[in-house]
Amino acid sequence: MSHHRIDKRFADLKHAGRKGLIPFITAGDPLPEATVHIMHALVAAGADLIELGVPYSDPVADGPTIQHSSERAIARGVGIKQILAWVSEFRQIDSTTPIVLMGYLNPIEIYGYARFAEQASMAGVDGVLIVDVPVEEAEAVAPLREMGLCEIFLVAPTTTDRRLAAIRARAEGFIYYVSFAGITGASQLDTAAVRARVEHIKQGGSIPVAVGFGVRDATSAVSVAESADAVVIGSALVAQLAATSDRDSAVAAAHAFLAPIRAALDQAVRR
Amino acid sequence: MSMNKPIPVSDFHAYPDAQGHFAEYGGIFMPETLMPPLEELTAAYLAMREDPEFIAEFERDLKYYVGRPSPIYHAERLSNKIGGAQILLKREDLNHTGAHKINNTIGQALVARRMGKRRIIAETGAGQHGVATATVCARFGLDCIVYMGAVDIERQKINVYRMKLLGATVVPVVSGSKTLKDALNEAMRDWVTNVADTFYIIGTVAGPHPYPMMVRDFNAVVGREARAQMLEQYGRLPDVLTACVGGGSNAIGLFHAFLNDREVAMVGAEAAGDGIETGRHAASLSAGRPGVLHGNRTYVICDDNGQITETHSISAGLDYPGVGPEHAFLKDSGRARYVGITDDEALAAFHELARTEGILAALESSHAVAQAIKLARELPKDQLILCNLSGRGDKDVHTIAAREGIEL
Repeated sequence: MSHHRIDKRFADLKHAGRKGLIPFITAGDPLPEATVHIMHALVAAGADLIELGVPYSDPVADGPTIQHSSERAIARGVGIKQILAWVSEFRQIDSTTPIVLMGYLNPIEIYGYARFAEQASMAGVDGVLIVDVPVEEAEAVAPLREMGLCEIFLVAPTTTDRRLAAIRARAEGFIYYVSFAGITGASQLDTAAVRARVEHIKQGGSIPVAVGFGVRDATSAVSVAESADAVVIGSALVAQLAATSDRDSAVAAAHAFLAPIRAALDQAVRR
Repeated sequence: MSMNKPIPVSDFHAYPDAQGHFAEYGGIFMPETLMPPLEELTAAYLAMREDPEFIAEFERDLKYYVGRPSPIYHAERLSNKIGGAQILLKREDLNHTGAHKINNTIGQALVARRMGKRRIIAETGAGQHGVATATVCARFGLDCIVYMGAVDIERQKINVYRMKLLGATVVPVVSGSKTLKDALNEAMRDWVTNVADTFYIIGTVAGPHPYPMMVRDFNAVVGREARAQMLEQYGRLPDVLTACVGGGSNAIGLFHAFLNDREVAMVGAEAAGDGIETGRHAASLSAGRPGVLHGNRTYVICDDNGQITETHSISAGLDYPGVGPEHAFLKDSGRARYVGITDDEALAAFHELARTEGILAALESSHAVAQAIKLARELPKDQLILCNLSGRGDKDVHTIAAREGIEL
């Protein structure tokens, strides 16, 4: 069931000749009561899949923007139970947009793998991307896979061919290519290098490749989408949301941020 | 809370396995970007530890630069005053830079140099590992950047200045709780960004594989020496070992050579802060639960949402919400036990050792001394307790004075 939503979305995109747009937001930031509304606004603005960040106290792969958004969400007591409730609420209206939970392992380990797998699957989560679970340790999250949640893996500029083969053998849904060696929100995007790497990753199989880290606006999204199947935008969106003070302004900011990027991506493909 | 049955273990020296697992603990829980460099480091280190030239280089520096071997000293007046078992101190406080930490930083700096990495990063809590890293970077001509929590910088000003005198750059970390765990996060972010030319010298037996193994190997000189010294000076092994446990590097250093000597008991002293029941402590093994932090599975202190929570100890070096995975394994296997020592107990032990033996112990090590005193009270006079005096207390005199309301 869950696989189907992600796989179907990428198949539809390919069929339509479009590029996927994947916004990332931290669940519960800027305000817990805004999260579900922001998700719907992102879909209305053209999101193809939503990455919902599970806040964690020690996010070693994240830059200051996402660190601070996690700290704010944690200060408001946001945890997995509440996040899954939000996904259920979102699914009452939207049954087609895939949702991937992105975060670190400890919150899931403490919640309990079997319990998490069952409840996440029931809530309508489609996949998980656990930043600190490399392919070597993937057995730790086997119960998630068994409940039909897609295991999404990162590939980095440093990833060797031997590792890439192991990741490809296990990866489901799509591969998330980290565009540079660094933390989220940094600006080191080298489009030519990304293109070469993405083409290399694609040579080995048919799994779609999304590119994230360093994509911040329409220009960078369009340049990355030349080679990638989808682009992920996180820190730049999270920063926009952080500047808002109530639910309605957060929802408006989410839409205003994403819609032009959607338009630029679609226009670039048409050209 | 884990109530695992003891794991039967035939050879404690057979751990970790090739993926860095100590039974269910350890491993490599890191972002993909760092996996290839970790693989590279593991391969390089495994080759070096079999290389007689590398071993000779390491041992030469331990002897002539660090000043090893450190003696075992019989704390006779202290033992007599207590009236129970005999307390013996492994004097790691007499090493160059004043703690066991330099055993590891010498080893890792040699690994970095052989791998051609000239930019060194490190994290530090109390500043002891930072000083030990800055020291070896000066010794080997390497660039040194030390990440330190802003709160720790405030409470360890002297060590901050020592690092600067040694040519290191100290970077304040203002994220999270602004202490050791956040310094570790920031060092990892630096590493993920500068992975091509940078070597990360982790200061304790935590982090992703191969660090828990590598840091243990470099500190295991403490236990190897101690085992030989015991046989030479006393004709037998000690009855009990005790050491303080934050991340756990000095404790593993002492314990490791004795792990297969089943008759030798082992007790790790964790920081119970204001008391474990108050929630203001740093006793991961005594009061935490299995989880994943900083690249390995171990006991962690976190809330029900899996968020790592703030810890407390009078000693900055023990103020860490995780612990080395090998200690988690030793706890579950029943080979070692771990107990909490409060701030007050550690302070009392600090004064007792100062007055009876003329030794100012580090606040970290004072936790081990407090545990040794407790054990000595319970055990007969002919029993031998070997306590790792992992560092000297000069760095802590301001903290102690402030705690006791004395203005210097």
